[in-house]
Amino acid sequence: MLDARRSLGSVSSPSILEWGYRFILFPIGQMLVFIVGAALFLTLLAFLLALAFPEPRPNIVLMDQVNRQLPGMIISGITIGFVYAMIALGYTLVYGVLKFINFAHSEIFMVGSVVGFEVMQRLSEAGHLPSWSPVLLVVVVVLAAMLASGLLAVLIERVAYRPLRGAPRLVPLISAIGISFFMVDLVRAVEAITRNDFNLTYPLNSLEWVRNPVKLAIGENTVNIRPTQFIVVLGAVVTLIALNYFVNGTKLGRGIRAVSQDMTTAGLMGINVNRMISLTFFVGGAFGGAAGALFGMNVGTVTPFVGFIPGIKAFTAAVLGGIGNVTGALLGGLTLGLVESFLNGLLVYFPALGQRYTDVFAFSVLILILIFRPSGLLGERVDEKV
Amino acid sequence: MAVKSSVQQNSRAMFRAALKRPAVVGSLLVAYILVAVLILNSLDRSNLWFPFYSTLTFPVLVLSPFIILAAPVRGWFKGVLVAALLFLVIPYLGMRDSSYLELVIQICIFAGLALGLNIVVGFAGLLDLGYIAFFAVGAYTWAMFTSGASTVFNINGWLVSGSAFYLFIFLGIFVAAIVGILLGLPVLRLRGDYLAIVTLGFGEMIRVIANNLDQPINFTNGSQGLFGVGRPPVPFFLRDGVLAVESALGLSIANVDPLSQQLLFYFIAIAIIGVIIVVARRLDNSPIGRAWTAIREDEVAAIAMGVPLVRMKLLAFATGASFAGAIGVIYAAKQTFVSPESFSLIQSISILAMVIVGGMGGIRGALLGAVIVTMLNLLVLKNLSLQINALRNIDFVIPIINYHIRDWPTQLEPAKYERLIFGLLLIVMMIFRPAGLLPEPRRRMELQEKDEEIVDEEISSEAGDEQPVVSAVRPDAEQA
Repeated sequence: MLDARRSLGSVSSPSILEWGYRFILFPIGQMLVFIVGAALFLTLLAFLLALAFPEPRPNIVLMDQVNRQLPGMIISGITIGFVYAMIALGYTLVYGVLKFINFAHSEIFMVGSVVGFEVMQRLSEAGHLPSWSPVLLVVVVVLAAMLASGLLAVLIERVAYRPLRGAPRLVPLISAIGISFFMVDLVRAVEAITRNDFNLTYPLNSLEWVRNPVKLAIGENTVNIRPTQFIVVLGAVVTLIALNYFVNGTKLGRGIRAVSQDMTTAGLMGINVNRMISLTFFVGGAFGGAAGALFGMNVGTVTPFVGFIPGIKAFTAAVLGGIGNVTGALLGGLTLGLVESFLNGLLVYFPALGQRYTDVFAFSVLILILIFRPSGLLGERVDEKV
Repeated sequence: MAVKSSVQQNSRAMFRAALKRPAVVGSLLVAYILVAVLILNSLDRSNLWFPFYSTLTFPVLVLSPFIILAAPVRGWFKGVLVAALLFLVIPYLGMRDSSYLELVIQICIFAGLALGLNIVVGFAGLLDLGYIAFFAVGAYTWAMFTSGASTVFNINGWLVSGSAFYLFIFLGIFVAAIVGILLGLPVLRLRGDYLAIVTLGFGEMIRVIANNLDQPINFTNGSQGLFGVGRPPVPFFLRDGVLAVESALGLSIANVDPLSQQLLFYFIAIAIIGVIIVVARRLDNSPIGRAWTAIREDEVAAIAMGVPLVRMKLLAFATGASFAGAIGVIYAAKQTFVSPESFSLIQSISILAMVIVGGMGGIRGALLGAVIVTMLNLLVLKNLSLQINALRNIDFVIPIINYHIRDWPTQLEPAKYERLIFGLLLIVMMIFRPAGLLPEPRRRMELQEKDEEIVDEEISSEAGDEQPVVSAVRPDAEQA
């Protein structure tokens, strides 16, 4: 969708057709290509698996199960894939600018999901939920989460990373780990004081439109799509298009790209480097927050511990796509989401493995990529300077 | 006036001079320890404010070895004082109140882990966030062969008796070192941030595997954990000694057997820590230690100077892991219960916090960090919870602000907020004192590198040179 290394080109007003192609059609087309490509590839793998192990358990024909579950697995894979992609964007943007893994990003995601809950709960307590239209509700919740997470990310950068810029590499990393752990318990303490409970359930069940799944008939099977899955995908697509426009089509975005290419030179060209870094953290954090709120609406219940596993998986997605590369984050997130969904659906039939090892799988992918292709699918190999 | 001030100055100078005389300092130290012991001795468990008082006084005693080691007294005197503290004072306090002994054993266990992680992070500069995995390997090595749970070992009668414990310490060292090498091999090429994340992944994987290895063959008993883990038999002279001390001092010890067992673990832990300290110190001052330092400071330059990178990195992983393995065996025997919950990421982070607080790369620093962090976690936070609960039960009201303790949210229990403490420690240390409380000189120089760089560049630009060919700039620091 966008590439920090692409030429910084002019942003002088293009024709409306060109604009529409560059900022709307092209990104959507790219997402479609990624989704269809990854889904087709995994479907093929699933069929091959079904051919290799026709009956992994007595009386269960794997081919039938694959046929039955395929649409559902693809839909849930796309949903979670978009969430991973949005979190991965935060890792990748910050890495592009500071060459540093923002370990606390998973907690920024968590704060987004908690803020989303708080907003929705407050609205519910005030009695607004039934009367508000779904679109307005989702927009308000997601925007609130984006704002809170974005500001939090800026604050974290200011307090814990900026004083350490230029220190040996381990120093900001350890500080980031500290922030991550601190945030978990801080949110826990806040929820303990205000609600005396950590399991925060989005008040979605009171809503009529959430309870009715959309039924989609495919052959003789019907597939249920939950409305929240629609929300996640739609919300992700809209925000991703907005990000593409922001980074590639605006002056501020050009500043961010310039800083990520060469911080010193960008400073010499009159770009306020610190402001660009704050902006990058804000954008990355806002994406994490949006992902958190959408994730929360999709799964229903969040806790202060909810950030860790999605954070690790999104980091894996960012590395899979090539860290520092925004298109790569999207590709990596969607691929990982679909892979995970397929594994969740099909590993059940193999009793020796089972679903219990799904989380281990993400780690294994991460380790394998880092060993065999550390630059990721779309990244370019960068030699170390001495 | 002038006369008075000169007298004042005179007395101040005399005071300062006295503080430099070993005899004065030595007697002050002895007095310090005696006062701490007397206060601890006089605390009454049934007192409402007991948790508060013991939180105030116990750290004073436990931190005294560091004060002794830093004091200007002769070496043999330091040795005598520390030995008396370790072998007389703490066992005595343990007989009075076994919870102190328990705490000291925990401190020893974490000190061993901190020393091991210090080898990997402090000496070799490899940030390992999954260090607890090696501890788990050691603990499971002993637990699987002695647990009463219906594992494959128990069913087939492969269990060993408690007296094999000492052999298993060596086995734990061996197995953990092997695992360390196996985990180290794939991550050799990674550095910095990537290494941290991958080791974190390995740590979590070991935990998930331990959690799930009850099927298809039951090795670890899954999430229920291994219970009834064997303990080493208490030698008769230790039990007799406890009884002799009991009658001599007129103490009344409720259960002699558990206490002698705890004392045995205490002495084993002290011995293991002693061995680890000697090994770590010898390694630090050896060609291996210098090779580790070279890798830590600049990997590319180290390769260029002929440091065998692969072998040295693997050796660092294996050494750090083997310490954790030995400690793991002791931990499993002491707890008699091992479950995957004990080996989560938060444990790895707490050990990292110990190394960071004390100072990366220093042995005394790692020990100090272990004492401080363990006490914060197991003494301060826990006692705060106990104190709040005690006050809640009597419906205590904080005077001036008129706050009822029973309104304190039940979920806001300080003992469960260790992440807050660890996180805060890491951030504050990194921002204000990245070299730690007891910095190791070479490490401190490295962390001050940034300032020196600027000076370097200024000098070179003034002299009209080109860019310094070999500057202290690290490849990543240049971009960041």
